[in-house]
Order: sequence, then structure tokens, then C-alpha cells
Amino acid sequence: MDSKNNDLNDSRRDFLRKGFVATAAVATGLGLTETACKDTKSKTGDTVKLLSPDGKIVEVDSSMINPAIPDSLLSNHNVREGVPGKKFVMVIDLSRCRNAGKCKSACSKMHYLPDNRSYIKINKMQDSDKAAPYWMPTPCFHCDNPPCVKVCPVGATFKLTDGIVAIDNERCIGCRFCMVACPYSARVFNWDTEYQLNITQMNEIKPHAACSTHVTGTVEKCDFCPTNTAKNELPDCVQACPNGVFYFGDEVEDVVSNGDETVRLSQLLKDKSGYRYLEDLGTKPRVYYLPPVNRQFPFKDVEGQNETDGQTSHESGH
Amino acid sequence: MEPVKIKLDKSNQLLTDLMPKKFNASGKLWVGFLLVIVVIGFFAYIRQLQKGLVVTDMRDFTSWGIYISNFVFFVAISLVGSLVSAILKLTNVKWRTPLVRISEIIAVAAIFFAAIIIIVDMGRPERFWHLFAYGRIQSPILWDVIVITTYLVVSSLLLYIPLLPDIAICRDLTPESSKFKKWFYTFFALNWRGTAQQYALIHKCINVLAVLVVPLALGIHTVTSWLFATTYRAGWDSSNFGPYFVAGAFQAGCGGVIAVTYVLRNHYNLKKYITTKHFDNMAKLLVLLSLVYLYFNINEYLVPGYKMKTVDGEHLKSLFTGHYAPLFWSVQIFGMIVPIVVMLFKKGRAPLPVFIVSLMVVVGAWFKRFLIVVPTLLHPFIPIQNVPASWHTYMPTWEEWAITAASLAGALLVITFFVRLFPIISIWEMTEEQQTPQIDEQTNLYEAQA
Repeated sequence: MDSKNNDLNDSRRDFLRKGFVATAAVATGLGLTETACKDTKSKTGDTVKLLSPDGKIVEVDSSMINPAIPDSLLSNHNVREGVPGKKFVMVIDLSRCRNAGKCKSACSKMHYLPDNRSYIKINKMQDSDKAAPYWMPTPCFHCDNPPCVKVCPVGATFKLTDGIVAIDNERCIGCRFCMVACPYSARVFNWDTEYQLNITQMNEIKPHAACSTHVTGTVEKCDFCPTNTAKNELPDCVQACPNGVFYFGDEVEDVVSNGDETVRLSQLLKDKSGYRYLEDLGTKPRVYYLPPVNRQFPFKDVEGQNETDGQTSHESGH
Repeated sequence: MEPVKIKLDKSNQLLTDLMPKKFNASGKLWVGFLLVIVVIGFFAYIRQLQKGLVVTDMRDFTSWGIYISNFVFFVAISLVGSLVSAILKLTNVKWRTPLVRISEIIAVAAIFFAAIIIIVDMGRPERFWHLFAYGRIQSPILWDVIVITTYLVVSSLLLYIPLLPDIAICRDLTPESSKFKKWFYTFFALNWRGTAQQYALIHKCINVLAVLVVPLALGIHTVTSWLFATTYRAGWDSSNFGPYFVAGAFQAGCGGVIAVTYVLRNHYNLKKYITTKHFDNMAKLLVLLSLVYLYFNINEYLVPGYKMKTVDGEHLKSLFTGHYAPLFWSVQIFGMIVPIVVMLFKKGRAPLPVFIVSLMVVVGAWFKRFLIVVPTLLHPFIPIQNVPASWHTYMPTWEEWAITAASLAGALLVITFFVRLFPIISIWEMTEEQQTPQIDEQTNLYEAQA
């Protein structure tokens, strides 16, 4: 019996091994044809030196690097699935934020939002009377236990495999239950028709298939810039921040980058006591904060913030 | 059981008193007034459809406003149907008979407009069908859709089935000359002939529906409270919310039925059937329900108020001493404390004072729902900042007021037309009661008055 079983196991292993080899061969073949096709297409003449997997330095044409994702690939990808094998994660270093506002304007630009509107908010926070105030940028936290997804009656907001909480604006009925359910006020609503994208703009941003086109009467929010992440680029807010406040990366690879430095996620959180906002709610955010210690900038309150924007609700009680 | 024999001639005083009557001048004025409000609301809604929800004062923080609080109010009022036609029936309260139909039509009208107002609140009303095509049973909204639809059906049956013998009376008394009326009553009387078998069936139906409607009524308002209690928000994050809402709903509904009963009694001169004793009893019931609601209010505000957790505390401060304090205390005092005190006295339980107090309860109940929905949204965990100053407050626009007023007027219009078409006090049940051999204290009441 035993020997028979072993035989069976061996043969199965063998079969699997052969299968893998075959698959790899096919994959390589496909890769080669793709490369061949690209080769004939366009050569820029600029070359880039790269370290190959077997440790050799090779020189390739720059057109080979970061090939533009064909439109077809993005528009065909299932908006309800996400990028395979990734778990996107963000770390926000509060000791570096000075409310420069560049993340907000980059976000507005990327998402075709009006200047005064953005998916990111930069909040003035003060944990207690004696504690020093600090700035806290809040995008969507893309929670792993998202209250917004739980309450949606039609599945218009959902969790992707890559960790992103996405919205289908063609499905949304505009009940705003998700906005009420979100403890972080991350969601915004298209109250009017003003920001509706026109056809030209929509053609222009075609690769942004997973971004909101500002459908009137539906909800939208920070989407971690799916176009960028699909191309292995950092979200626009991360790129725009002059102080390297935002780190973005992949939890599976355990790597995050703020554009200037690339670090191990686990090490960063360990070294700088990373935490998640309102952890006790159990929503499991995918956005971590590094505490505002050893500040790089003194806290400078924005002149007239309270006059134009009214008081913060923490002060409005009395 | 012997079927009820209803004499269809002039000698039957019940018919002369209770058959539906044409609107008089004040009746027409009332209908005209309600129609004007409905038309204005309709116009406001068309504006909202064209321009989007931007015509309201709701914004990203106060993302729910008076549409939702009005919805909760309607659901609350609709609970009265189950209170009078089921709970009082199952507890063998005899004097309830003349009030059953009034409370049931209030329930149906209210729950119908609750459904309408929730569509008004949607950003994409034309996608309503998504609820059925893509509905997720995990969402409390789906629970609400299911339980409200069921309640609407059961309440409508509870209104319609006991109405059959009376529609047949209308049919038989309508002369052949008025063709449409004859057709209308013939169609809706469903070939009612008044046989013993039919009456047995109707009694059975009412009994089954009365038992069914109680858990449904508790269900609609409990589920409605969960729309709030399933979130993390200050003031909503409470395991007390289900019973708190149900208690408030019974109180509001009881006030509603007393107010409508008073108006109908005076307008149609029904003093013989709806006696001072009815007001006395309903007032006692309202005191009891108000006391229960007071108890839940103490729990809901005092317990978190004792702790004053950060965001909870800010929310409560805005209610107790802040921006919403005048409204909050008016609602608590005039919508709850004063009614209890007034109706503890015998003189306070006479029809007119009970009517006034009931109106206070109903108006208080409407604003109470506003106070449950709006101030919480203005106190999120991360303080509201970096938004236009107007986003820090919420004051409904004229479109919101007009649409909300139209929904209330619409519900009253449904009740008004119902009274115009059908006997508002059940003729056959009153006859049955009069013909019942054992005369107890309560049935004696009508004879003493007559």
C-alpha cells in the first residue's frame, strides 16, 4: 500500500513539475513575443542600465522600461477584483506634515475635482488641552473591516482583493448610508451637476477606468489612484508631498515608499510606533500613522482658518 | 355565530350617522389647502430632480436631513395601527371599536408616505430598482425595505378586510343612477353578501392579521432605529435604540390617532360614538406611553451624559446647552413632560385638552426625530474643518420644507379622501356590538350616551 501511495505521489509531483515547466515555457514564450513586438514598435535610443535577476548589468532601451499600460488592459480589468497579489497600504508620518496642502491639490488635479474640493482632508488635531496641535491628513482608510461596505444596500461599494475599497458610481443609488457609517468622514457626495465630467474629459482620462467620473447623486472618495498603482507608480498625493509625509506600498512585499526613500513597512511601523486612527472601532484601516514626535516643522496655525471655515466641532459645543 | 343583520333603511340610526358624507364648505377648504401644499411640494421635487440634492442644505457632513427625520416620524406614526387594532384587540379592550379604522388608515397613509419620502431622499431615485436587482441582505436598508413592505401589505389588509361589509352597505345604498360610485363600491366589496360563513372568515382573518402585525410593527421601528444604531456615531451608537424608538413611536402614534379622532368627531358630529370616555381612556394610555418614553429618554441621554465621553459629550452639550438646546428642551418639556402632567388630572383628560396635548405630542415627535438625526451628524469623530462655513450647520431649504410639508399633507389627504369614501367608524362592528346579548359596562356606554 505504502509503496503504491508513494508511487502515486511521485507521479503526481512529477506531473506538477512538468506542468510548471510547461506553464513557465508558455509564459516566457508569450513574454518574448510581446518583447519582440515592442522591439519593432519604437526605440527611443535612450538606454538604461539595469541589474538583471542573475546579477549582471544589462543595458536596455528606455522604451522597454515601464511600458505604458494599454487602454484595453485597464478598461477590461474587472473593477470588482483589484490588482492580483497586492495589498496596498499607506503610512502617514505626522511629524513631517506642515499643512502644505500639495497632496490636496494633486488629488484634485488627478481626480478632476474643483480646486476647493479633494478626497484628502488635512485636519488640525489636538489630542488634549496640554498636547501640541498637529496636522493630520486623512484620505480614505480603505479599512479591512469597512463599515461603509457593510451597510451598502446594493453593493455599490466593495472591497477589492488588493485592499482598496472601491465605488461603482453606476450602481450607487445615493442613499448616503455609507457616508453616515464611515467614522472618518472620508466620503463625499456629488450634490450637484457642476463637477460632472464631460465627454472630452472622460476620453482624456480613459485609463482612469476605476476613478469616479463624478456622477451626480452618487458617493465618491479617495481611491488610492488605481491608475497609478496598476502602473506601479505612487498615488499622486504621495508624489506631490514636498515633505515625504506619505508612504505608499504593498503589505505583501512589506515595502513602502514616499518617493525619496523606500523602507520595510514592518520595520517602519516598529521603529516609529505606527498606529491606526481609532483602532478600538475595529475597522482595521489600511492607513497607518506615525506619531507627531520630533517634528520637522513647528505647528503654524492657518491665519483665518476659523473665520472662513467656522469653528471646529470640538470647540462648537460651548 | 349569527351573522350581523344590518337594516338598510332610514330607521337605522347608525347609517344616518356613519355613512360617508359629501365635503361641506370647510371640508372643501381643507382639501384645497392640502392640495396646494402638495402641488408646491411637487414643484420643489421637480426642481430637486433637475438640479440634484444641491437644492437641499444637506452636505458631506450633514448627509441626512429632514427627509430622513420625516421618514422616521412617518414610520413612528404608523405604529398606531398595530396599537389600536391589534394590541388593544388582543388584550380585549372593548371601547376601541370606533377608533380601529381611524388608526388603521393613519397607519397605512403614514407608512405609504414613509416609503415615498425615502425615495425623495435618494440621490438617484431612478435606480430604485437596484435594491431588488443588486440588494444585499447584509444591509439594514434591505431589512427596512422588506419589513416596511410587509407592514404596508398587512396594514392594508387589516384596513381593507374589516371594511368589506361596510363597502357592501355603501354599494347597496348607492342608487343605480350614480354609475361610477356603484361600480366603485361593487368592485371593492368583492361580492360581499353578509353570510355567516363570510363573517366567520372575516373574524378569523382579523385575528390572524392582528397577531401578525404586532411583531411587524415592532420590526419596522426597530429596524429603522438600526439604520442609526449600526453606525459608530455619537448619539446613535446605542444598544438601547430599538426599544427607545418603539416607545417613541407608540407615544407619537397614540397622539396622532387622538388628534385625528378629535377632528373627525367634531366635524362629523360623532359624539354619540366617540365619547368623552374614549378620550379619557386614550389619554390614560398616552400618559402610560409617554412615561415609558420618558424612561427611555432618561436612559438615552442621562447615561452617556453621566460619562461625557469626548465626542458623545460634545454632541450632548450641543443638545443640553448649545445650539440645539432651545429645541431639545422644548421637545422634551412640551412633547413629553407637560402632556404627562396635564393628563394626570381628570379635567386634563376631557376631549379638548387631550386634543391640544396630543398635537403637542405629535409636533414634538416630529422635531424629536430631527434632533435624533441632525446634531449627531454635526459631531463626527474628526472635527469638521476646511469646508465652507455653511457646512458646519444645517438649516433645511424651502425645497426641503415644501417637500416635507407635501408628504405630511399627502398623508392627511389620503385620510381625508378615505373618510369621504368609506364609513370611518365600522358600521357592522358597531351593529355587532349592539346586538351582542351580554351587555357589559363598556357597551352600555354608547346606550347611555344615546
